[in-house]
Amino acid sequence: MTAKVAYADVEVGAELPARSFPVDRATLVRYAGASRDFNPIHWNERFAKEVGLPDVIAHGMFTMAQAARVVTDWAGDPGAVVDYGVRFTKPVVVPDDAEGALIEVSAKVGAKLDDAERTVRVDLTVTSEGRKVLGMSRAVVRLA
Amino acid sequence: MALDQSFTGRTYPPARPYEVGREKIREFAEAIGDDSPAYVDMAAAKELGHPDVIAPPTFVFTLTFDEAMRVVRDPQLGLDYGRLVHGDQKFHYVRPVCAGDLLSVTSTIESIKSLAGNEVMDVRGDVHDAQGELVVTVHTKLVVRAAEGE
Repeated sequence: MTAKVAYADVEVGAELPARSFPVDRATLVRYAGASRDFNPIHWNERFAKEVGLPDVIAHGMFTMAQAARVVTDWAGDPGAVVDYGVRFTKPVVVPDDAEGALIEVSAKVGAKLDDAERTVRVDLTVTSEGRKVLGMSRAVVRLA
Repeated sequence: MALDQSFTGRTYPPARPYEVGREKIREFAEAIGDDSPAYVDMAAAKELGHPDVIAPPTFVFTLTFDEAMRVVRDPQLGLDYGRLVHGDQKFHYVRPVCAGDLLSVTSTIESIKSLAGNEVMDVRGDVHDAQGELVVTVHTKLVVRAAEGE
């Protein structure tokens, strides 16, 4: 495990590069296949509306995977992630139009946890359409 | 109908082990749009100190979810699958999942609670490799929404 960010160089409050991730229906079909999660709420508008959703919604795990990219791209080694957790608070609604939806992720170093282990906690803010879609979104990363 | 709380603490032994394939990791990484070389390029993964290409952090959920669904579909538990929502998701990694790993998931129902008419169930998946070493612990909170009119 070889993170490319040095623990000594990181200060609490430091912001990680923010990212926006577009998601459309094709993205969801592809994720359904790769993850083997074929729940029709993620691809079938008729079914989604029947169960009370506004439209097709993204897999929560897809959104969680997108948010992780901000952390792993920053750390340089995806294997440096020690802990990662989220709460699914609101769905990412993905309309069947040219744009789809946008998942916006910002993150900052919330705490330096352990000088010997060189671990930091990264706090993530994940929104779509201005609404928070993940809550309590935190990763612990072991730095160099 | 409330879930049978006596299921708390019940453990479900692993089904057949899952062999982590390089092409499956590549497919998953492409599906989440992540072009990190650690997922697809053996030399890059080795440079980072990994024995083979590694899987993205959330990949292992594709295994543990199958196992959690075995629990959820246990007819004795009496859970209405159609009202099931994913509440929280947490991973604690001992090491990253690598191509070539032969992984077995043991699922445990950690708690069953009723909260504001919803049933909340915490399922833990302990993922071990072929040597019996723990690789990752996966915590999944499932919420069964209250049925209409209940």
